[in-house]
Parts: sequence; structure tokens; C-alpha cells
Amino acid sequence: MNVIAIQVHLKRNSFAYLAALPMALTVFVAYMGTMFWSVRLSFSSSRMLPKDDFVGFAQYERLFNTSRWISSLENLLLIAFLFLAICFVLGFLLSVFIDQKIKAESFFRTVFLFPYAMSFIVTGLVWQWIFNPQLGVQKTVQALGWESFKFDWIVDPDMVLYTVVIAAVWQGAGLVMALLLAGLRGIDDDLWKATKIDGIPAWRVYISIILPMLRPMIITTVVLLSISIIKMYDVVVAMTGGGPGVASEVPAKFIMDNLFERANIGIATAASTVMLSTILCLIAPFIYSNYIKKQGR
Amino acid sequence: MIKIIFFCTVIALVTSPLMAKEEAEVMHWWTSGGESAAIKVLADAYEAEGGSWKDSAVAGGSNARSAAINRMIGGSPTTAALFNTSQQYHEMIAEGMLNNLDSIAIANQWDEILPKPTLDAIKVDGHFYAAPINIHMPTWFWYSKKAFRKAGIVKEPQSIDELFVVLDKLKASGVIPLALGGQKWQENLLFMAILSNVGGKQLYLDVLNKRDANTLNSPAFNKVVEMFLKLKPYVDTGSPGRNWNDTTSLVINDKAGIQVMGDWAKGEFTQARKRPNRDYGCFAGLGSDSLYIVGGDVFVFPKTDNKEQILAQEKLVETMLNPLTQIRFNRLKGSIPVRTDIDVSSMGRCAQLGSRILKDESRQVPDGSMLMESYRYGSLKDAITEVWNSRDMSTQKAVKILAQALQG
Repeated sequence: MNVIAIQVHLKRNSFAYLAALPMALTVFVAYMGTMFWSVRLSFSSSRMLPKDDFVGFAQYERLFNTSRWISSLENLLLIAFLFLAICFVLGFLLSVFIDQKIKAESFFRTVFLFPYAMSFIVTGLVWQWIFNPQLGVQKTVQALGWESFKFDWIVDPDMVLYTVVIAAVWQGAGLVMALLLAGLRGIDDDLWKATKIDGIPAWRVYISIILPMLRPMIITTVVLLSISIIKMYDVVVAMTGGGPGVASEVPAKFIMDNLFERANIGIATAASTVMLSTILCLIAPFIYSNYIKKQGR
Repeated sequence: MIKIIFFCTVIALVTSPLMAKEEAEVMHWWTSGGESAAIKVLADAYEAEGGSWKDSAVAGGSNARSAAINRMIGGSPTTAALFNTSQQYHEMIAEGMLNNLDSIAIANQWDEILPKPTLDAIKVDGHFYAAPINIHMPTWFWYSKKAFRKAGIVKEPQSIDELFVVLDKLKASGVIPLALGGQKWQENLLFMAILSNVGGKQLYLDVLNKRDANTLNSPAFNKVVEMFLKLKPYVDTGSPGRNWNDTTSLVINDKAGIQVMGDWAKGEFTQARKRPNRDYGCFAGLGSDSLYIVGGDVFVFPKTDNKEQILAQEKLVETMLNPLTQIRFNRLKGSIPVRTDIDVSSMGRCAQLGSRILKDESRQVPDGSMLMESYRYGSLKDAITEVWNSRDMSTQKAVKILAQALQG
């Protein structure tokens, strides 16, 4: 594009650019600006008040010597893996099930998507009550007569993470279903006819043909789910408060606690910078393959 | 940076319209029933003196404190802001963001009438920077008289060994011996109770203040940690995550024997129409020379050059520390008056007991939050909860984890 072409382009689209300007400014000043300021603060000795000095990687050193931070990261890894895997498998199965042209389809669709309409705080509270040994499932089953029944995962440091995963999956699987179902509906009927003539079993069609065709949907799903994992805070606060002990701590909670309760800006910004770079590392390949590479083609 | 912020503050103050006559905007986090009734006593007292009280309540202690700090940095500070009697506001003092209260403090002889731990927390380099309004003792022992009777316990335990005997008897009688809400801060209270009761004053101060390797490796500290871990089997499995008031109601309903909780638990008993000495009992520690951990709340007064605001700040301090207001306020808050020179005979039995103990200076120790920075205290709480909730935690390993948090 030469200079004149650019000028023509700008002139023709001036109102579009003008309309985009406020949001663009917000993004650059409010989002990017504060992001850079956070990164800057992570290299200072700030505690309660932001400071201007420079202490190198001292905060990062302290951060990675903090056992709670390390266990938060480990917890997040486990949650991320299970949450993604279960959500995806469950969501895919649900969408395939609904795609079978069943009766009362819209009813099931609503039911499965409904949890997603609920905030994580509500989800967390509901599941906390369900898992609570003195109120929920355990108590109910015991009252029905099976007195030795035990289901106390939420107070067990070794199992508590799985309760968080269950609650998160309950909420997220519906979204995966909705997105994949939209993809499935976009698949041409002729394809199904063709595979029928060839005598390929339906499960094989789904796995070898349909799934690869759903690639853009799957990427969207993975990105959306990953973001909700990194942000995971409210469900943990509502369900377990990070406990028992530090068994269900997550990085976002570590950051919030340090930023507010402990007046420790340095560590909090160092931790959020670590999370930011993790996200960038994870997302960069997707962005590259989906946007940048395409333009080159 | 700070200079720029300060400059902006000044500009904002100069340009902001003059406030109405002695209007005091007070930021606090007292939003629950009993708490808001208590703060209303202060508001009414201030209005009775001719001021006008503007209430800025933010739910949650750390939220309210952050909001107050943000307002200060942003250049439109409130007249007063609530903090805990601790080091939470010491960084603001160092940055010169608070007004000092020397003239009122000296005129009212704060040096004589306030307990030493409180004084130490508000006095920096010889200047007074905060107005203390109450004293909370966070580690009272509350127990159900009925549960004690049923278990055949006739007197309150006087030592840690007697405490374990009592707990064993309670266990045998079929109640939850020790009611604990398994949240970080409650576990911390339990640890502090054991540290002060088993360790004694010197060890308490050395562990929380000096934090040197000798102290933390000493047999005495080992014993504290050992006793703390020994309590675990006496706690029920429903403990993790339970709120403190739900835990107190276990004691109220005689389902549990003892709870270690701050003096604010009294409000729960009163609300359930339980009477002290008949339905429930309270003791501040094990033995007749047990320590009294001094915590509490203070108001700080952000720096301002506005004459009206300075007047309002001074009037606030005067009314808050007025003896009558002190009694009324603390009766609702569950704490005891910060002034040791007023008659507390109109207060509850536990509060009177507390005030009596407080008079003995050798039994006063400051709360952990006064002895270390917020971030360090936070790591200590993390370590305590980790130690308490891990399976197969040896005393040795626990000491190591705690020492690392205290020294890190």
C-alpha cells in the first residue's frame, strides 16, 4: 500500500476510525497502561504504597521461595488439566447427543447451558453446601440409612481440588456444548450421506472427520476455558476459601490477598506478571496460527 | 512519584470546595448488626457535639483499608479512617501521610491512661498518629457450662496439661471437645493462644518480634508447636472453612465444649439469650497469670491543610475517647475501653475480667499484627494453616515451616 492509498483508505473510513477511537484509547491507556505499570511495580520494593525504586528480580525471588505460591501454581496446573479435559469430553458428548435430533431438544439445550448463566460465586456456594459433610450429600445418604457412608472431599486436603474441578466443570461444560453444537449444525448433511454410503460407523465419523472440521470452534472453546481457569478466584473463595490449609489455593487468590489484605504490592504485581507472561506464552501460538499466518497466505 | 501524588493531593485540596461545617467523613468496615450499632454510638456522640457525621462504610476490613488508602493517594482523603491497632498504617506515617495528634494526646495524658502495647502501636518517633478506641483480646476461651457439667469438669483448666485433661473428658462425653472454624485467621488465633499460654511473655515476644534462629530453634518453641499440633484430634471433621459464628453456635447449643475466639464472640451468646456464668463461661487464659493479648481498632487521620477538616479531626478524637462514649461503644462492640482510668462496673462479666487483667502491665502483650509488617504476618498465617492442615506433620517440620515464614 503506498501513501496515497493509505490516505484514501483513511478518508473513506474516517468515521469508522473515529468510532473506534474511544475504545482504542481505553484499551491503550486503561488496560495496557495499567498492565505496564504493574510490570514496572513488580521490579520495585513497593509494599503498601507504590514506590519508584528498582530492585531487580528481588520480588520474583521471594515469590518463588513462597511455598503458598508454588502450591497455588501446582493446584492451578491440576485444575487446568482436569477442567479442560473433562469439560471438553463432556461438552462434546452432550453436543453429539443433542445433535441426534432428539425430542425436546431446546429443553435439554437450556438445561445444559443454564449453569453457565450462574456466576461462579453462586456456583461455589451451591457446591459448597452439596459437598459439606454436615449438610449435603453425606448427611442425606446417612439419613437415608447408610450410616457409614462417607463423602467428605471438601474437607480433605488431598481431595478438595477435585471438588473445585467438579463445580467448575458443572458450570463450563454447557458452554462447550453450545459452541460445539453450533459447529455440528454447520456440517453439511451431504457429508453424513456420503459416509453412510461408505459404511463408516458414526463414532468414527465424529472422531476422524467432524472433530477436525470443528477446529475453529475447539480453539475458541479452549481459549475461553483457559481464560476462566487463569481467572479462577471466586469459585475457590466461595467454596473452600483456599483451604483446608493451602490445599486449594490458586494464583489469583494469592494475588488478591497480597494486594489488599497484606498490603504487599511488590509481590502481588510480580505474581500477576508471572501469570501474564504465562498467558502470553500459551496464547501466542494460537494467535500466530489463526491471525498472523493467515494474512501471509 | 510520591512527590507528584502529594502535589496532586495539595492541588485537589486547594481546589475542592470548602466543606460544610465540621463535616467528618469516616471510613470504616463495621457493617454487621452489632458493629453498626457500635459505630452509631460514635456518630451520635459526634453529632451531639455539633459536628456532622458522614458515614462511609465499606464491607470487609481489607477492602475498607484499601479504599481509605486509595482515597488518600487519589487526593481526596476522608476525615478519618479505621484501621486495626497494628503496623497496617506505619508505612503511611513514614511517608508523612497522616496528621499527628500530639496536642490532644498530651492534653489528655495518653501516656498514662493507655496500655503500653496500644501506645507502642500508635506512637512513632515520639509522636502520636492514631486514636485508639477499643481493646480486643483475640484469644478468649469460651465454654459451654452444660457440656462441662456433663463431662464432669468442675473447674476451668489452669495449665496446658489441665486443658488436655478437660478436652479428653469432653471427648469421652461425646461432644466436640474443641470447636474451631478452619479458616486461616481462626487457626492463627488458636496458635497465638497456645504460644502465649504455653510459651509465656518472653517467648511470645521473641518469636513474634525478634524472630531470631536461637528462639525459633529453642526447646520452648518446640513445645509450643508440639502442643498446638496435639490439639488437632480434638477438632471435628466439619471444621475446615467453617465461619467463626457458626462455630460459636456449636458452643452455644452445647454441641461443643470450648472455642478459642476473640471477645466479640460474646455478642453471639447474648443474641442467643445465654447468660454468662450460667450457660457459658469465659476465661482469658490458662492460669492466674495468663497473658492478655492486646489488639483493637484505631482511627487514623489523613494529612490535610484544610482548617475545617483539622478541627473536625480533633473533635472526633475528643468525642471518641470520652469516658461515657467509650463505655457505650465498647459495650456494643464487645471490646473493652482503651482507657484504663474508667469505671467498667456497668459492663459484662467477661469485659470486667478483661479490664482487671489489663491493669497488670506484666500480663499485657501486643497482638502479632503490632509486632510485624502485614506481609510477614500474612506469611505466618499461611504457615500456621499449612502446618495445622497437613497430614503427618512432625513438630520438627512444623517448626521449620513456621521459622521460614517468620524470618522470610
